[in-house]
Amino acid sequence: MALKIVKGSIDRMFDKNLQDLVRGIRNHKEDEAKYISTCIDEIKQELKQDNIAVKSNAVCKLTYLQMLGYDVSWAAFNIVEVMSSSKFTYKRIGYLAASQCFHESTDVIMLTTNQIRKDLSSPNQYDTGVALTGLSCFVTPDLARDLANDIMTLMSHTKPYIRKKAVLIMYKVFLKYPESLRPAFPRMKEKLEDPDPGVQSAAVNVICELARRNPKNYLSLAPLFFKLMTSSTNNWVLIKIIKLFGALTPLEPRLGKKLIEPLTNLIHSTSAMSLLYECVNTVIAVLISLSSGMPNHSASIQLCVQKLRILIEDSDQNLKYLGLLAMSKILKTHPKSVQSHKDLILQCLDDKDESIRLRALDLLYGMVSKKNLMEIVKKLMLHVDKAEGTTYRDELLTKIIDICSQSNYQYITNFEWYISILVELTRLEGTRHGHLIASQMLDVAIRVKAIRAFAVAQMATLLDNAHLLTGNTQHSGICEVLYAAAWICGEFSEHLEDPMATLEAMLRPKVATLPGHIQAVYVQNAAKLFSTVLCGLEGAPADSKVAQETSQLLIDRLPVFVQSDNLEVQERASCILQLVKYIQKLQQKDVEVAEEVTALFAGELNPVAPKAQKKVPVPEGLDLDAWINEPLSGSESEDEGRKTKGKAVFAKEDSRHTKPRYTEVDEKELAKRREVRKAEQANNPFYIKASPSSQKVYQEAVGVEHIPVVQIDLSVPLKVPDQYVKLEEERREKNKAVRKKDKKKRREKGRQRRGDSGPESEEDITPAHMVDIVTEEMPENALPSDDDDKDPNDPHKALNIDLDKPLADSEKKLPVRTHRPDEVLKSPIEDEEGLEVTSEPKKKSGKEKKDKERKKGKEKKNKRKRKQEEGEDLMEAGSEEPVQSKVTNDVAAQPPASTPEASDLDFWLSNAPVPSDPQEAAAVPDAPPASTPEAASGVAVVVPDSEPEETKSSKHKKKKEKDKKKKHHHHHHSDRAREESVQNGTVEDEEPLPPMSNYALLAENSYIKMVCDIQGNLHDGSQVVVSVIFENKCDSFIKSMEFNVMDSLNSKLQRPEGAGPHDSLTVPFHLPPGISNEARFIFSVQSIVMPQKLKGTLTFIVKTEDSSTHEKLDFKLHFTCTSYLITTPCYSDAYAKLLESGDLKGSSLKLEGINQPFHHLLARICFHHHFSVVERIDSCASMYSRSIQGHHVCLLVKTADQTVSIDAKCDEPGLLRNVLDEIKLTFSQC
Amino acid sequence: MIKAILIFNNHGKPRLIRFYEYFAEDVQQQIIRETFHLVSKRDDNVCNFLEGGSLIGGSDYKLIYRHYATLYFVFCVDSSESELGILDLIQVFVETLDKCFENVCELDLIFHMDKVHFILQEVVMGMVLETNMNEIVGQVELQNRMEKSEGLLCSAARAVSAVKNINLPEMPRNINIGDINIKVPSLSPF
Repeated sequence: MALKIVKGSIDRMFDKNLQDLVRGIRNHKEDEAKYISTCIDEIKQELKQDNIAVKSNAVCKLTYLQMLGYDVSWAAFNIVEVMSSSKFTYKRIGYLAASQCFHESTDVIMLTTNQIRKDLSSPNQYDTGVALTGLSCFVTPDLARDLANDIMTLMSHTKPYIRKKAVLIMYKVFLKYPESLRPAFPRMKEKLEDPDPGVQSAAVNVICELARRNPKNYLSLAPLFFKLMTSSTNNWVLIKIIKLFGALTPLEPRLGKKLIEPLTNLIHSTSAMSLLYECVNTVIAVLISLSSGMPNHSASIQLCVQKLRILIEDSDQNLKYLGLLAMSKILKTHPKSVQSHKDLILQCLDDKDESIRLRALDLLYGMVSKKNLMEIVKKLMLHVDKAEGTTYRDELLTKIIDICSQSNYQYITNFEWYISILVELTRLEGTRHGHLIASQMLDVAIRVKAIRAFAVAQMATLLDNAHLLTGNTQHSGICEVLYAAAWICGEFSEHLEDPMATLEAMLRPKVATLPGHIQAVYVQNAAKLFSTVLCGLEGAPADSKVAQETSQLLIDRLPVFVQSDNLEVQERASCILQLVKYIQKLQQKDVEVAEEVTALFAGELNPVAPKAQKKVPVPEGLDLDAWINEPLSGSESEDEGRKTKGKAVFAKEDSRHTKPRYTEVDEKELAKRREVRKAEQANNPFYIKASPSSQKVYQEAVGVEHIPVVQIDLSVPLKVPDQYVKLEEERREKNKAVRKKDKKKRREKGRQRRGDSGPESEEDITPAHMVDIVTEEMPENALPSDDDDKDPNDPHKALNIDLDKPLADSEKKLPVRTHRPDEVLKSPIEDEEGLEVTSEPKKKSGKEKKDKERKKGKEKKNKRKRKQEEGEDLMEAGSEEPVQSKVTNDVAAQPPASTPEASDLDFWLSNAPVPSDPQEAAAVPDAPPASTPEAASGVAVVVPDSEPEETKSSKHKKKKEKDKKKKHHHHHHSDRAREESVQNGTVEDEEPLPPMSNYALLAENSYIKMVCDIQGNLHDGSQVVVSVIFENKCDSFIKSMEFNVMDSLNSKLQRPEGAGPHDSLTVPFHLPPGISNEARFIFSVQSIVMPQKLKGTLTFIVKTEDSSTHEKLDFKLHFTCTSYLITTPCYSDAYAKLLESGDLKGSSLKLEGINQPFHHLLARICFHHHFSVVERIDSCASMYSRSIQGHHVCLLVKTADQTVSIDAKCDEPGLLRNVLDEIKLTFSQC
Repeated sequence: MIKAILIFNNHGKPRLIRFYEYFAEDVQQQIIRETFHLVSKRDDNVCNFLEGGSLIGGSDYKLIYRHYATLYFVFCVDSSESELGILDLIQVFVETLDKCFENVCELDLIFHMDKVHFILQEVVMGMVLETNMNEIVGQVELQNRMEKSEGLLCSAARAVSAVKNINLPEMPRNINIGDINIKVPSLSPF
């Protein structure tokens, strides 16, 4: 056996290794493909060997072949084998191959999960490193979900080498598994202050990348980044942060104000061009965000422009390029400061580097004015002549047109000049942009009435010289110009000097070689010309012969077109031919026909705005998806189906009558019908599915898109029919205002155009002739909103998650090992649904939507409250995490990083002076110093809201709880289970719960009211947190509140070090009249089995204008056993195991006469007693909770006929008994 | 974000490709061809940025490249990366290669694609991972040492490959990339 192995390995020595393969390929240059195919055969043989060394060698060779373009996915399984080798040498080869060729649809990836997890937790840091690197290339949603927790742990690995890789890969994990973002974010944020620069830089990288996509969620990190910016010396980190600020400033202009000075300092001090460049860029972004009314920043602009000029003048082409790039950003808001550097930019047009020339062109676009337009275009035309290669020349061409046509031809004073420029541009051979020139010609001719005569003359010349343009019809797009020329000559033929000559030019036989859509226009417009010619001739009888000759010309020439293979041409030609023949007959009888022929083409065409069609509002109640006539059942034949449809389309009366019925049909029904219809369509081989490509093809075939739009008489659809108006009176009311505004705006615009009220200095330039630019038509009640162009498939959308919300308990750990069904992952729609926790509004059934909205409303209301709590949450967490515990000890220097409250951000942004050195910067963002050390145990934020605190907080709590549950339930139930399962006792569509509050009245007198909530501390088994809300009920100022409790043996109020056991705690705030505020007190408890009552006193001074009195209020704090329980989610399998273990002792309870719905009951238990629902089946539910000291409490709640029986199990019978008693009490009270 | 890293020679032959986003093999080859087409027709004294090709990227992406002797190093990055920073990163990467291979030349890349990948993995992981050359070289060396200690690419195999080398035309080592230490202008503080 051993011998066999040895023999095998000696044989294997003569296997090709990677170097041999490469050498072989190089030696077989002439028959490379053949050589490689033999190599692949060898590799296949090698992969069949048991020897891992041989396999890894083969896989290594495959990696090389993959680079050459060979698909090696067939070896995926072998790659997995090599990956799972215990030897680093092989493992790394395996992972390399995997990272080169694995992707989401590689099915063997499923097999790697455990292997990767093993590698991630390997004691050897390089195994871990290799696995992380590999993952960064092939992580799938499944892997991300299953490994998120492992990777999160690695973020706190002892080795920075692992930490930085783990941090970086988290970004990919977030993208693939957005649910992980919230739980992982606190740790990610921590890494911003990692001692290792590499890790820090990685964290900055990740957060910047996240923030770039959803900046608003990261605004609260601004103070922290600001601190990093002013303290870091790592240019990589600085660049990233400064780039990030560039993304944040548009959202928060105050941030920009704060940034300007440090950035300016950096610009002055740094010698790194890359950093300087990014600083300039961000300063520009800041200036853009501040653009309104900040005159005192002209110095900053000047500085930026100056620095950019230095970059542009640099001999390094890279700097020149970037300088121009940044310059174009300034241009948008501060064109004046750039315009003074016109010389420099024009110079760049002569640069040998095409990228730079293109950049300079971009800049020119924004630099033109009425004064210099002609000059600049003249220069560009020179460049057009010089330009070799068509790409750059095409670019020039489009730029010339862009420059001239920008903002509705604002800068053109002489349209004759513009037309001649366009005509001149047609001389360009081989350009792709013929249609662009054509559409410009059409646009100008249609919209500038005064220019028509000139344009028509020019176009006639073009038509006459058509042979110059049609040199190589097949490729060149320039013949598109003829389309415009023919149309303009036809449409505005009254301006033609010699219509006969033009008509003749349009009917030359050579025209038949033009593309079909152009021929069609030729034919149609020949008819128009014909009518003009007739008109001109019929006045004098002597000319009747000429008229007849004209008809004969058409009759002679048109048959060529009748034979065209283009349908459009054929149809038009034969129509017109017949018409002309008929006219000729009439002419021979000396009938005057001119007037009638002209009537064919009478009427003027108005330009229609490109978006007009889209903007026609859909009348309310019109559901374009709804059936107008219900389709008959499936047995109906195809023809019948079509007939019904056809009838429906035309029988408008019908549709109107039936409409009201449809509005009543509820959404679900509609959705169902839609589904049915879709399925039917999918199965119907005759149904032509709308595909974007087909549409495109159509458009291209038509060529210049504008004409068909213009020719359609839009007056019909643009007017809202009366009956619709009646239907939607309400909406009209709303629209009226909008419309008025719209009209006003339009009028203003029009005036601007007509009056040529360009930039002040240019007013003296008078246009060559009065130009009347016809405005484009828009539908009467067009909606002013612009379309949302966001890509719905953008993966970053899923990461739009509010990170400032405190983590719910259930979120603190990443849910792992839960399996969503495959489809959920695959289809994007489903996937989005899976992300509903991201609070993105999604299409849902009506009820759910309403529910959501309701919640949202609440959310808004509770925002302040939430923010306050958030701070507190962090304080609580502080006791656990090293960074934050430091913070707690040193309240005065509480860094903003740990309190991402908007209020803090506001403070940071508004009050603080701009710091100039890092120390100061660190101090500035601090929270206002709390006066006493007690603040360590209680956070105080003033809530100047008059709404009763109690209801507010209760709503909030409830919401929070719900969220929590929702999330939990979301992750742990399969699709089917989701439908049946409960959300903390509330099935989605059951009636809403009455508001509940955990805040119980503690004590009250005429001055002050105290309500409190008692909660166990999740992180410390011996701590209970009591949140007390103090509300000032009187008209006087309450101050110097002191809170004291008589300690018992079991429970003690935690006092600051050095304080005696009977000293009272100062409440860290004063209460103005009508204000309430919350303070937190921490108690340490030993035994949690029994409920406790503690006597306490609050003393305070009531201060009126002339006097102040000492007052006192006694209270009793009641620590129920419930308050030691913490809502902890539990999965049904774990729950079953727990019950099976037999460690729990049982007890039971019966409640009679409960007539509330079961889900209310469950919700009450969940809410008041901190339980969570594990499973609910009909009228039976299992629930779970855990005490702060780790006791498990399990309930089985059953209901039947107003009787609720609760069977309970717990490992501490005393605790259980008390909890049950408390539950009983809860239900006896309601 | 870095979307892809391509290394190819003056004739467009790929020497290393690394995509951080999935593309099928044929698309990868097209991208290489297109990129080569775009990059190769540019003079050496023009700027090193190119607004992305049609296959990879889109408007937000840029190609940032450097040309060393016979090789092009092309990074396809989006707008969140600093252009000059990436240029410097390429320089760091090439200098690292130079250290690891002791005077690197195209042949090193041809015959040791795997090793080049391992080095690259220490520099870039979809985003910039490490920019400190000493750190990179240190980590690469530690891993190589580990590989050696496993002793799996045993001496016998090396002897065999030496024997194989006898018959074949000697491996030319004299095609040097030459001035690999091209001065990066104005980036000194990095």
